[in-house]
Amino acid sequence: MAMVASPGKRIRNRLAIAAVLVVTLIFLAPIYWIGSTAFKPRDQATSVPPTVFFTPETTAFVKLFTKRVQLRQPVEPETYAAAPWWEQRIFDGGERVLRVKGEVQLSAYPSRFMNSLIVAITSTVLAVGMGTLTAYGFSRFRVPAENDWLFFILSTRMLPPVVVAIPMFLMYRAIGLTDSHLGLIILYTAFNLSFSVWLMKGFMDEIPKEYEEAALVDGYTRMQAFWKIVLPEAVTGIAATAVFCFIIAWNEYAFALIMTNRRAQTAPPFIPAQVGSGLTDWTTIAAGTFLFLLPVAIFTFALRHHLLRGVTFGAIRK
Amino acid sequence: MANIGLRGIEKYFGANYVIRQLNLEIADGEFVVLLGPSGCGKTTTLRAIAGLEEIDSGLITIDERPVQDLPPGERDIAFVFQLFALYPHLTAFENIAFPLRATGETRAEIERKVKDVAASLRIEPLLAKRPSALSGGDLQRVAIGRALVRRPKALLMDEPIGALDAKLREDMRAELKRLHIENGTTSVYVTHDQVEAMSLADRVAVMNDGVLQQVGTPSEVYLHPVNLFVAQFVGSPVMNIVPAEIRPDGAETAVAIGGGPAFAFPGELAARLGAALPAGHELVVGVRPEAVRVAREAAPGLRPVEAHFIEPLGAYDIVDLKVGERLIKARTPSGFVRRPGEAVWARLDVPQVHFFDATSGDVLKLEPAHG
Ligand SMILES: Nc1ncnc2c1ncn2[C@@H]1O[C@H](COP(=O)(O)OP(=O)(O)OP(=O)(O)O)[C@@H](O)[C@H]1O
Ligand SMILES: [Mg+2]
Repeated sequence: MAMVASPGKRIRNRLAIAAVLVVTLIFLAPIYWIGSTAFKPRDQATSVPPTVFFTPETTAFVKLFTKRVQLRQPVEPETYAAAPWWEQRIFDGGERVLRVKGEVQLSAYPSRFMNSLIVAITSTVLAVGMGTLTAYGFSRFRVPAENDWLFFILSTRMLPPVVVAIPMFLMYRAIGLTDSHLGLIILYTAFNLSFSVWLMKGFMDEIPKEYEEAALVDGYTRMQAFWKIVLPEAVTGIAATAVFCFIIAWNEYAFALIMTNRRAQTAPPFIPAQVGSGLTDWTTIAAGTFLFLLPVAIFTFALRHHLLRGVTFGAIRK
Repeated sequence: MANIGLRGIEKYFGANYVIRQLNLEIADGEFVVLLGPSGCGKTTTLRAIAGLEEIDSGLITIDERPVQDLPPGERDIAFVFQLFALYPHLTAFENIAFPLRATGETRAEIERKVKDVAASLRIEPLLAKRPSALSGGDLQRVAIGRALVRRPKALLMDEPIGALDAKLREDMRAELKRLHIENGTTSVYVTHDQVEAMSLADRVAVMNDGVLQQVGTPSEVYLHPVNLFVAQFVGSPVMNIVPAEIRPDGAETAVAIGGGPAFAFPGELAARLGAALPAGHELVVGVRPEAVRVAREAAPGLRPVEAHFIEPLGAYDIVDLKVGERLIKARTPSGFVRRPGEAVWARLDVPQVHFFDATSGDVLKLEPAHG
């Protein structure tokens, strides 16, 4: 409708837009700060007041991924010229890349990042998968003491992680699960499962049971009906639940700090551990943090259509 | 196609006794409507036939074969749900084809069968659309298409047009009737709308509180209700039910309503009623509005009454007549009674008057009195 808005309405609209802009800026500011610091030359990273205009460089990222040692004397010009672009960045900083038998030695960051991916993705898949099946059962079948079970499932989330972390650590040490991917995956899956069951139960309840009954009458088995009808109808809920579970698992700090120290350590406890060991290189830390933000952003962005429907499920459906 | 038998069906939901000793035989090709108020167990009965609800005791047969222990998929029936239950993520074509895919028919076969059914429902142009893009009536057509495409032995429908608006309901009623005549599929149809029941059914089965009250053709149920429940549930406006005082009056029987004027009935009625009504039971008279005849002039057999309230309904009027202390609805040509308060004359059409035992609710069967 092409309607001429009253002046009062126009002013209110403008104010609303301004408010949204301000809020967006406030929320984006720290992300911009981290992002820009990652691309700043080292000497400008901590300058006061902060540099706004600078020539972006990728040195911090090269440093983030490599093991380096201090140069005792300047490099030969021909060595410098023969080196690939990323190695030249390191030479510029008065360091050289550590090589063992010609192989570039990677820093711990990529393996920590991989650990985070492995643990977060696997535990998300498990939590969402089991949560979906459990929720389907609760939603469709008469379960004795259904509400008590659901409350029990929720109650597993009621203690803050730090309270259970120490006893869990002792148990894990006894059965040899500390500093292992499996240990963290089990922990995060258990942690996310209650959440996943509750969220998926809501979505399952929204799917009319007539959908499956129609399929049953038409000669499909319940399992086929589940695959062909329930799952496609539940994608929205599954996507929303997966995003929440992934964010929680990806960002989890307390358990990861206590349960892992090397082999299975994830990025959250690793990144801050770099601070304060000698002269802190803030650009490298910013680069690590910046990359750490990406998976959640990409995942959420990829599922954004489902999310918009998912979080408002029931409110706008039809 | 097949006949369906329900014998001694009982169903509990916990302590809730939902279907009580239900017996019903549905002939091959018959269209039976389960009619009853909300919560009387119609849906449960239908779902029991489909196998979507387990029964606690009794026998269900389809084509003479006991099926009560078979899963729904093995009963070869189709079910149309009130809210259509079309899959939002599939097109109309895929929705209709869905039952065929379960049986693994060839692609060409599926294509042909879906096209056939779509043609008979006149929905070919809609096949590529998703349910969200269809109107209520078209959703219903697609749902029926999905039910018919497999040529099931029986078609079960649970208030399939209850969610549509009044005009569309009327169209769909006619369409369902046409489809039934064309296909002759044995059908069981659930509704609480008696107009729908009357217009569609070969036979109506009236239910209340889990008990089957009466089974018969629409006119049987309408003209010869077996009890007060059926009498009042079927027909609109509802049948007048009034206490009456019966006494022999010379060669006639006087039926006095509301302490007012007595209407004249045949002389043997008093004796027959006396024989049919158990001692100590109350008696009520049931008469439909169209059986209350109104005249503006006095004539033999007519009793003076006062028009109390006039409800014009277009094709006819419903007039509340004050008979003694009671109000009785009469159906008159529109404008026949001109204003409330008018004094008019009325009589009851004797063959259309029913006598009920008010205590048991059953109609009194008036056998000729012997001896
Ligand atoms: N799954 C169920 N669990 C418990 N009670 C149920 C269940 N389904 C139905 N009932 C109860 O059984 C009785 C009959 O229900 P049913 O759905 O068969 O009625 P209906 O005649 O179809 O009514 P309506 O016209 O409202 O659809 C009701 O009292 C209802 O509350
Ligand atoms: Mg019902």
